[in-house]
Amino acid sequence: MNGEPLLIADELTRFYGRRLGCRDVSLDLFEGEVLAIVGESGSGKSTLLQLLSAQLEPSAGSVRYRMRDGKIRDLWQLTEAERKFLFRTDWGYVHQDAALGLRMAVSAGANVGERLMAVGWRHYGRIRTTASGWLERVEIDPERIDDAPRAFSGGMRQRLQIARNLVTQPRLVFMDEPTGGLDVSVQARLLDLLRSLVSELRLAAIIVTHDLAVARLLSHRILVMKDGEVIESGLTDQVLDDPREPYTQLLVASILPA
Amino acid sequence: MNPVLELSNVGKSFTMHLQEGLRLPVVENVNFSVQPGECVALGGPSGAGKSSILKMIFGNYRCGSGEIRVHTQTEVIDVARAEPRRVLTLRRDTIGYVSQFLRAVPRVPARDVVATPLIDAGTAREKACSAAEAMLARLNIPPRLWELPPATFSGGEQQRINLARGFLPDFPILLLDEPTASLDAANRAVVIDLVGAKKRQGVAIVAIVHDADVREAVADRVIDVTKFAAAA
Repeated sequence: MNGEPLLIADELTRFYGRRLGCRDVSLDLFEGEVLAIVGESGSGKSTLLQLLSAQLEPSAGSVRYRMRDGKIRDLWQLTEAERKFLFRTDWGYVHQDAALGLRMAVSAGANVGERLMAVGWRHYGRIRTTASGWLERVEIDPERIDDAPRAFSGGMRQRLQIARNLVTQPRLVFMDEPTGGLDVSVQARLLDLLRSLVSELRLAAIIVTHDLAVARLLSHRILVMKDGEVIESGLTDQVLDDPREPYTQLLVASILPA
Repeated sequence: MNPVLELSNVGKSFTMHLQEGLRLPVVENVNFSVQPGECVALGGPSGAGKSSILKMIFGNYRCGSGEIRVHTQTEVIDVARAEPRRVLTLRRDTIGYVSQFLRAVPRVPARDVVATPLIDAGTAREKACSAAEAMLARLNIPPRLWELPPATFSGGEQQRINLARGFLPDFPILLLDEPTASLDAANRAVVIDLVGAKKRQGVAIVAIVHDADVREAVADRVIDVTKFAAAA
């Protein structure tokens, strides 16, 4: 494991006008590490994800990232073009709603190939072969490479979104409720796929979820958010099996056993 | 010889915020250490805090007070204060834990459940899988089950999957929580053999074993946990 973190957030705060989005969040994330951010709607977890992924500018605090050349840069000191390049290459972002992360009208192959073209791939045959390999890896029949995701089920769309994100071999992937809104059996398949990809590719990932079972299955560490602040954090199994804060105890106690 | 594991003045209590902040003391002033090749059994009735002590050593429960020192080849780590990242690396290369119940991951076949700790510690996949199969065979899990996820297995089968997963890697410390609770005599004998082999390899073992015959066969000494009972 490299000695330096990949991502470092320092006292991140964001207000929407006078309303608090999130306050004073500091964290670091290393390569190969999966961090879950849990909390209920309105707890600030999505705001935090957007701040960490530089989609939202903080009111105070900073986010720094170790670039592929080893230099640690403040995300808001990068030019717009540099940030965009980071997004297209070294980062992935998996949306809850696949329609936000995919182009629904173009083929599955083009959805995956587009990210490769953005990093300079030009050879059509190679792009198609790589795209087809990734479809297979996310358990989509490569025969469907020319179909548009409009014709795909929810689970397939989500898997296509993952293929599109991972094809450029990012080091860091952000996920916003990646299994939200899917049927339970579809969810299990997707979780298993995410779990094995994350460990095989040694990805760092930040996953926002309200589902503690998802956090337990995928993450090493967990942050519990309430009213815009991190109220408890630590090893995932420790926080879930021995929760300390009243709110965390309430969350853990509210899970229905299957 | 130096101990690999030392607990000093370890204490634990739970505060139940959903029950008006009710404080449940579990243990206090837990002091013991374990040498390489030694098997220490924790004794005492249910509720005495035996599992809580194992969970604190593994970092699954927070340690309320005191120190839990783990001696690795290069350093001494206090699990009670270690960063989450450090605890995770201890679990990857130093401390194994066989819990009472298998937490099955959907869709993952039994063989892979068993092989995963080896793969995580750096063993090549193929080698890890064949070692896993040998261990499953030793614990009398028939090959037709190796490809199946253990979620639907019987209690005894799940426990043997858990045991195979815990016994396969060569960690210097092994924690066993009721390893033989739902096993028949033949499989209990296999577990006794496996524990014996670990001890000969110099593994330090802390075990909770209710079965008196098994305890007699594996434990070098028994620590009565009731002497650590915390004042309510």
